[in-house]
Amino acid sequence: MISFSDVSKRYPGGQESLTEVTFTLEPGEFAFVAGRSGAGKSTLLKLIPAIERPSSGTVLVNGQNVGALRRAALPYLRRNLGLVFQDQKLLYDRSVFDNVALPLAFSDHSPREAARRARAALDKVGLLGRERANPVQLSGGEQQRLAIARAVVNRPATLVADEPTANLDAESARAILQIFFAFNQVGVTVLIATHDEALLEGCARRVLRLAGGRLLS
Amino acid sequence: MRTWLRHHWQALALALSKLLAHKPATLLNAIVIGVALALPASGYTLLANLLGVTQRFAPQPQLSLFLRLETTRPELDAVRARLRADARIAAVRFVSRDQALKGLRATEGLADVAAALGQNPLPDAYVVRAHDLAPDALDALASDLRKIPGVAHVQLDSAWARRLAAIAATGRIATGLLAALLAVGLIAVTFNTIRLQILTHAEEIEVSRLIGATDGYIARPFYYLGLLQGVAGGLVALAILWLAIAVLNLGVQDLADSYGSAFRLAFLGAGDACAMIGFAGLLGWLGAYLSVSKHLRQIS
Repeated sequence: MISFSDVSKRYPGGQESLTEVTFTLEPGEFAFVAGRSGAGKSTLLKLIPAIERPSSGTVLVNGQNVGALRRAALPYLRRNLGLVFQDQKLLYDRSVFDNVALPLAFSDHSPREAARRARAALDKVGLLGRERANPVQLSGGEQQRLAIARAVVNRPATLVADEPTANLDAESARAILQIFFAFNQVGVTVLIATHDEALLEGCARRVLRLAGGRLLS
Repeated sequence: MRTWLRHHWQALALALSKLLAHKPATLLNAIVIGVALALPASGYTLLANLLGVTQRFAPQPQLSLFLRLETTRPELDAVRARLRADARIAAVRFVSRDQALKGLRATEGLADVAAALGQNPLPDAYVVRAHDLAPDALDALASDLRKIPGVAHVQLDSAWARRLAAIAATGRIATGLLAALLAVGLIAVTFNTIRLQILTHAEEIEVSRLIGATDGYIARPFYYLGLLQGVAGGLVALAILWLAIAVLNLGVQDLADSYGSAFRLAFLGAGDACAMIGFAGLLGWLGAYLSVSKHLRQIS
């Protein structure tokens, strides 16, 4: 469960990106965070894995107050979250397989188990058979799918994705969204930030609308 | 425990692969570190050889009482009695002039000199070992022994060895200072190498952090990199030292042969060589640790 309670975030310099945001995302729920550029979507998502800390208010992730977590505890929080970044953050000096297997290197899996899980994650996003390719050789949509595979390889209970369909054509964007729906159907909580109103059309899912850092009712 | 060991093994393998991926840079770094380490190591080795020589020739300070050539048997006995009665003296050994000549003939490099002598010019002598080996006590004893009738000359045999030991001690301090100075240099070299490695891998470090890598996991390959770089430098230093000793021994051999001696400069013992490699590795690790502590925080 993810719970925001009167959360505000002010960056050094005085600019307030989020103002008194309150919402709860139940386990297994699927929700969008929508809003125009600068509305505070990315900031909101960054507060969940404690990439940013709230200036005030409380962010609870599975009962943990992430704003109060010590630096040493952050890796363990992040391993239980699947994060898909706006710029994907792929490593272009490594193969597709190595990118997906990276989160497993930190955990307790044996090399054989890690390889099995990495292939399974690639299979789920339709990239099995491209293990040896370099991410540069993949299309934009495939790179996004690779980023999703890396996010789910540790089988997290929650997926948090920041603009995962940005810079993709409508068809690719729909395909990416279908992958998230598939994970949600097996019980994974999903929170996706998007500025693309067209993407929300036809999706009967909860939408958290942000404007000027405030959550609209 | 198995996971911990596997993570260390992976970090070591990654560090090795990084070193091997940039062979020219690795080699140059190892040479820089090796040359820096070879200087104090050479000083240490030469001092060890010097101390070996001094200990061979003067294991303990002793006083030699040379009697007048015309000393008679009763006078000899009287001197012996005086020496035996002195409480400050621990042991007395008589060396007759015939024994002294025999010893001279047996001494490396002096056999020719002894053979050239027409008659035995050496006096009878007593070699005395004192209870108190302090320099002042030995000087006082020597002064008193000179007053015994029949004694022509008293020589404190350890004086030269003590001077040599003092020179060696000074040399040891100088070597230690040089080693400390160059150790700082080695740490600085490793610090900078690791800084560049961290900057090169900034993106990978950032991504790893975001998806759940601990600081320890991220830092470990850099620690191993510093350690391996230090060890490689230590091995290069040993190679330089071995080569230097081999070349120096060509000259030492000629010099020693001219004295009829088989003396040669000895290489570091196995223990010292291992300690040197370990020390180099430790300094490399320390440089990496300092660099990682400073630069890893800057990547977030």
